[in-house]
Amino acid sequence: MRAADALVKALEMEGVEVVFGIPGGAILEVYDALYDSGIQHITTRHEQGATHAADGYARASGRVGVAFATSGPGATNTVTGITNAYMDSSPIVVFTGQVPTSLIGNDAFQEADISGITMPVTKHNYLVTNPKDLLRTVKEAFYIAATGRPGPVLVDLPKDVTLADIEFDYPKRISLPGYKPKTDGHPKQIKRAAELVMESERPIILAGGGVIISNASKELVELAETIPAFVVTTLMGKGSIPENHPLCLGFVGMHGSKYANYAVSESDLIIAVGCRFSDRTTGNLEKFAPDAKIVHIDIDPAEIGKNVMVDVPIVGDAKKVLARLKKYIQYKQRKAWEDKVNEWRRKYPLKYSPDGFKPQYVVERVCEIMPDAIVTTEVGQNQMWAAQFFKVRYPRQFISSGGLGTMGFGFPAAMGAQVAFPEKTVIDIAGDGSFFMNIQELATCVKYEIPVKVLVLNNGYLGMVRQWQELFYKERYSATCIGCEKTGFEAIAKGFGAVGMTVESPSDVDDALKEAKDIDAPVVIDFRVDYQANVFPMVPPGAALNEIIDEE
Amino acid sequence: MRHTIAVLVENKPGVLARVASLFRRRGFNIESLTVGTTERNDLSRMTIVVEGDDRVVEQVTKQLNKLIETIKVSEISEGSVERELCLIRVHAPPERRGEIVELTNIFRARIVDVSRDSFIIEVTGDEDKVNAFIDLMRQYGIKELARTGKVAMVRGNKR
Repeated sequence: MRAADALVKALEMEGVEVVFGIPGGAILEVYDALYDSGIQHITTRHEQGATHAADGYARASGRVGVAFATSGPGATNTVTGITNAYMDSSPIVVFTGQVPTSLIGNDAFQEADISGITMPVTKHNYLVTNPKDLLRTVKEAFYIAATGRPGPVLVDLPKDVTLADIEFDYPKRISLPGYKPKTDGHPKQIKRAAELVMESERPIILAGGGVIISNASKELVELAETIPAFVVTTLMGKGSIPENHPLCLGFVGMHGSKYANYAVSESDLIIAVGCRFSDRTTGNLEKFAPDAKIVHIDIDPAEIGKNVMVDVPIVGDAKKVLARLKKYIQYKQRKAWEDKVNEWRRKYPLKYSPDGFKPQYVVERVCEIMPDAIVTTEVGQNQMWAAQFFKVRYPRQFISSGGLGTMGFGFPAAMGAQVAFPEKTVIDIAGDGSFFMNIQELATCVKYEIPVKVLVLNNGYLGMVRQWQELFYKERYSATCIGCEKTGFEAIAKGFGAVGMTVESPSDVDDALKEAKDIDAPVVIDFRVDYQANVFPMVPPGAALNEIIDEE
Repeated sequence: MRHTIAVLVENKPGVLARVASLFRRRGFNIESLTVGTTERNDLSRMTIVVEGDDRVVEQVTKQLNKLIETIKVSEISEGSVERELCLIRVHAPPERRGEIVELTNIFRARIVDVSRDSFIIEVTGDEDKVNAFIDLMRQYGIKELARTGKVAMVRGNKR
């Protein structure tokens, strides 16, 4: 059998239903094989769009996302998408074409050393030089991408390898002697963690993206209710507990609520699950939760002790460890702490000035009108307003580029999520700067009838950068104004064949959202919001979480 | 502080690049690195000397362990055998050859090449011994020098 046909058959056996990609010379054999397959292929307009779409598909569905690209520029265009998936531990497998093995190293046409380039941003990668290794490689790639701490895997396929004749013998077993993720958690450490919980008067749970990846939300909520403990999340952990749950304090960190940041700062025990204590979450590390002992549960041993000193390290899968930890814990009332946190919650709600046309208002209305929609975000102010004002109800509902902070991620990710869930409403909360970075995928959405709704909070600026210039660079707005009256998103959308709308006043927001929700086609709404609106509260760079400031 | 780390890896193309890339990306400084085959031809062994405090070494170890092709990472501390080989081309005019031969014998080193006015000397031992020998040779004029970096093994039964 031609190796390319064997590859496609292997993908079918891995349960792949859809591939995002762009064909090209070096990967022609694979595309030729795909022609006879039941696997759906969505031709994006840029390979970055393909990798982000595969990533969005993976995050929304929990399955492995797959992207194809050709050699050279096709392959290098995937790098941002791969890095983004790597930073947020998202399982994708990217297949790239490569020049024939006889030409590798000769600077042949469209040759790029993509396995060398992606080495530091993939969980693992392969350059297949012997056709006999192809099927084993595919098997391993899917296994590595999806297990342990998930991540992107790249498989580079020289053209002569895909052309070769091989026997189809798809391996059933995997032999990776150096790869054995630990999932159980050490029983002694779990008991020790339970003791700390029982001793604690001010416990808090810090839930990260790992809780969602491990499908451990049920276990998380049960543990929180058993202790009982308030739960704060990282940006990636949004949705690990319903945000209308009385114990949920929302997300913590640079733009988290005051009450969440105060609660972490004054806690005496942090049970951190599936998070990595990133600088955006902890603020100044030296002043981070000074009274707290830390229990850190993570499947990646290298994350434990990397940024903060940990009292009880537990290497394991969040779902298993949380369920076991709960067994050792008895309910204990902690009235003083509960009252204190609830007092903060009453005193310092998230707020914004109601004058004019505020972007926060748009997000609040979206949350009201489309509470069950899958929400992706771009990066910057739009992302933080979405995180603050969209109350997430279930895991995998909120999809955002946390680690890499990739502007341009949200829209193709929404496309991937919509492909995974055709019946759901999927929206991308965007800024004008970010939307432009992968706006070409509107053509893809129109062509494949992927009815994503893009809500552009258009302030004519690279808003988050502008905010920092206002606060920390004496209002010297260097290069951040990108607005132009002649450029309208409504006309752009229509030009692509999508539905376009413009909303200039808060009184029109509800109607536009309701109308968009019922349109079974891609929609772009251009919300002309106040450009001066900033994201608050804010932990200034270098400050501790409890040094969080308001607008005034 | 300096630490010696032994890494057992699958003998596959690109593994060295992966390890080197990891050190560069995480900002760990490699003092020396040797790679060679082992008792099994599907496995290679790297001996890496790295400078850093205990926390750095803990991260190095954990990050190395994350590489799919890494089988085992162990830190080699006290009670280990450490060896390094060094070739030195030293200026050796006829009137000083006697001294150099004598020093070579004291260090149980070997002269492996003789030409009209120079020797190539091979010296093996732990780092201190090699350093001491190099220092002694400086007075005669070292023309060229190549060190392998060290290989190490824990004493006693295999764990």
